[in-house]
Amino acid sequence: MEIKKPTRRGFLIGGGLVGGGLLLGYAWSGPSRLSLQDKAVAGGEGERLVTTWLKLAPDNVLTVYVPHSDMGQGVITALAMMAAEEMEADWSLVRAEQAPAEQAFANESLSQNFTDGIEIPSILTGINNAAWYGVAKLMHLQVTGGSSSVRWTGQHGMRVAGAAAKDLLIRAAARRWNVDPSQCVARLSHVHHDASGKSATFAELAADAAELSPLSNPVLKSPKDYTIVGKPIPRFDIPPKVDGSAKYGIDVHVPGMLHAAIKFAPVFGAEVVSYNEAEILKRPGVKKLVRLPVGVAVVANNFWRAKEAAAALELKIDTKGNDTRSTASIYAQHDKDIAADDSAKDVEIGDTEAALKGASRLVEATYRVPYLAHACMEPMNCTVWIKADGKAEVWVGAQDALGTRGRIADVAGLSFDDVTLHPMLLGGGFGRRIPVRKGFADFPSEIDFAALIAKEVDAPVKLVYTREDDVQHDAYRPAVTSVFKVALDAEGQPVAWRNRYVTKDDPAEAAHIPYAVANQSIRSVESPTPVPRGPWRSVAHSQHTFFTESFVDELAHEAGKDPFEYRRALLKDQPRHLAVLELAAAKAGWGTPLPKGHARGIAIQEAFKTIVAEVAEVSVSHTGELKVHRVVAAVDCGRMINPNTVEQQVESGIIFGLTAALRGEITIDKGAVVQSNFLDYEMLHMADMPSIEVHVIESGAALGGLGEPATPPIAAAVSNAVFAATGKRIRELPLKKHDLTPLAAKLAQAAE
Amino acid sequence: MSVTIKVNGVSHTLDIELEMPLLWVLRDELGLTGTKFGCGVASCGACTVHVDGEAVRSCMTPVSAVENHDVVTIEGLAEASGARAALAPIQAAWIAEQVPQCGYCQSGMLMAVSVLLKEKPKPTDAEIDEAITNICRCGTYPRVRAAIHSLSNT
Repeated sequence: MEIKKPTRRGFLIGGGLVGGGLLLGYAWSGPSRLSLQDKAVAGGEGERLVTTWLKLAPDNVLTVYVPHSDMGQGVITALAMMAAEEMEADWSLVRAEQAPAEQAFANESLSQNFTDGIEIPSILTGINNAAWYGVAKLMHLQVTGGSSSVRWTGQHGMRVAGAAAKDLLIRAAARRWNVDPSQCVARLSHVHHDASGKSATFAELAADAAELSPLSNPVLKSPKDYTIVGKPIPRFDIPPKVDGSAKYGIDVHVPGMLHAAIKFAPVFGAEVVSYNEAEILKRPGVKKLVRLPVGVAVVANNFWRAKEAAAALELKIDTKGNDTRSTASIYAQHDKDIAADDSAKDVEIGDTEAALKGASRLVEATYRVPYLAHACMEPMNCTVWIKADGKAEVWVGAQDALGTRGRIADVAGLSFDDVTLHPMLLGGGFGRRIPVRKGFADFPSEIDFAALIAKEVDAPVKLVYTREDDVQHDAYRPAVTSVFKVALDAEGQPVAWRNRYVTKDDPAEAAHIPYAVANQSIRSVESPTPVPRGPWRSVAHSQHTFFTESFVDELAHEAGKDPFEYRRALLKDQPRHLAVLELAAAKAGWGTPLPKGHARGIAIQEAFKTIVAEVAEVSVSHTGELKVHRVVAAVDCGRMINPNTVEQQVESGIIFGLTAALRGEITIDKGAVVQSNFLDYEMLHMADMPSIEVHVIESGAALGGLGEPATPPIAAAVSNAVFAATGKRIRELPLKKHDLTPLAAKLAQAAE
Repeated sequence: MSVTIKVNGVSHTLDIELEMPLLWVLRDELGLTGTKFGCGVASCGACTVHVDGEAVRSCMTPVSAVENHDVVTIEGLAEASGARAALAPIQAAWIAEQVPQCGYCQSGMLMAVSVLLKEKPKPTDAEIDEAITNICRCGTYPRVRAAIHSLSNT
């Protein structure tokens, strides 16, 4: 992982667009010198941007502009809380909005200018390094991913911006009242001088504060003085989501707008040779057909007409030889590439090969997980209008609004400045709505297609995927194979850990283990396929935590030890892990009696600086039916910003991971995806829900992410519980593939 | 073909194909985008509306089937429930329990749950499981259940 270490000073003074200093100077000195940001958001009479993300209106309402997308994770509210806390704002006067897709609001500027020695989340560096994402595009980054919003933008941006703004307002008040700033305090969106009884609203002081320079190192509040952070505050985004008024990308209506649907060539990498254009053009409402690299788009005056016409398209395709691929052939390729072991180093500690040779007891296993689609509830869509004057407008829900804007400009052959992007709500993201395909730089998405279609049409065009398009033309969570060979000593303790897996992915540490093993050799091999791949909630943790935490369970069984105690002993030098593991076990009643046929499994993983342990309680019926009854999660995320959303994100992460563990599977046959909709790419429903309990440890460690870390452990926790219940070790997901019928029941059935 | 439908108490006469699903009539012809497209095969429930008080998945309901029937969408739920406030009690409960995450499925969820509560004001967990088969990818199910129970306890 790349680590940059500029100084904090660079943030406020030299930070330019993000830095408070420059911005304050420009923004508050008159309309002729309005900054980019002021142009974008401070349009109202008398409104002033205080620092990059903070705007005060004359009625003392503070608006916080959050440079991230809220996909339901509550980040708009959480980041506003962090800024308001440091600024001493009255929460009833605080509003929050997603920042415009302007460079001035790029969170990437933070990574350039201010880190204070903090590691940059790999979601940022990883995307920076993507092959096609050239240096010129770095400034276009506004990513929501890697569970980075709160721990990155919030911790190092919002808090500092809020504290700097408070300091400016206090100094402005002190100058006005001719008193020492140390005698003034900020409380509830006012500055007070208690000795004289004077007070002024933040808004009344804003113009004076404009003439001052911000501190480079404003003092941040001590957590013990928090009045907003740590409270279960209702989210800003919820009310419009209960009355139908919330506008997602798919809901955009632009006057004169047309609708587009695509008939895809089913095989990845195939090309369209010909199609029945004349016949389709005769259909009601159809305006135009546009040939795309992956299929043909139908443009019509209503989405249903476009969709029906696309369904009636008959494509002749050239599969380019890609129609021989199948899940079986891809797994065979994994096995071959792993056996060849032309591998890249991940972890090398000690001398693993020597330790394996001298070992008395070896444990070996091969694990696999399939491709997964994201299946966001809002089918993919993007609305683009390229006007006669060469300017473009875009409406889309994106996890990286700036990156999407840049991508549209590239594909449409326009300059970045000629593209205006209107960020819309996202009906789910989970990694799907980042316009980057690492390792598959040329793989285009709906963003590209919408731009290509709009170039051919003299009107705004809304492209919408059907659910079938979404399931069959995603950028998939990669299928991965992972092979373990571990040596145990006489006490059953692991002394050498050898792991080979296909395809290095983000984050780099996903395959690493927290356990004390003296010799470790963890290496990856590349095994490319034409199946597009992309980030999926928790990224590489989603595969590797299932592998490592299931395999550690195998080792415990091999050693004849309790799986919780076995992990505990191996984590004795990892106090945070140990505390989380022990809390989960205690709250779940680990070791206490269960109803007949029930069993527990445990797993733990650190992801995005948050440690999560989960205990799953399952039962397997005499017909082999698996039910997950209860999941107990213990979480150390350092500190909670909004307990309401912490609990919500942990529940959400568990259910997302559980859905994949029990049912999630995209299979490939003849070079194409077999599944097509929720009927065969199955989701969990209300009836499948276990009870979920969330217990949080506020260790005070550096803030960890929360959108993703609860997802990784659940597959292993459930699989380990299945082993405890049935003796059947699950080494391949999803669980629905496995016949869990107890042997005794099978024998009885056979005897009948 | 001309078809007349009544949505949220207002009649609309439209010149459209009779087989066009109600979902797309609501969204693209009437601009009522609170009703969501999720799957197109009546599997996920994001497109749920009320037709004469019954929960109906509009993505597979031809518009001709609702001629002479009362259609209510999420935009009309508060008024149809007789609430004097801007929100129906169920919508207020959704805010109180902080149910939605991304929120995309919640229109359909609210429309389905409101019919369940009309038929069974105090549903058991098993009754909820059987009646509410809407899909939510964010996993709001525990809070949907809590919100339902909060309404049945009042």
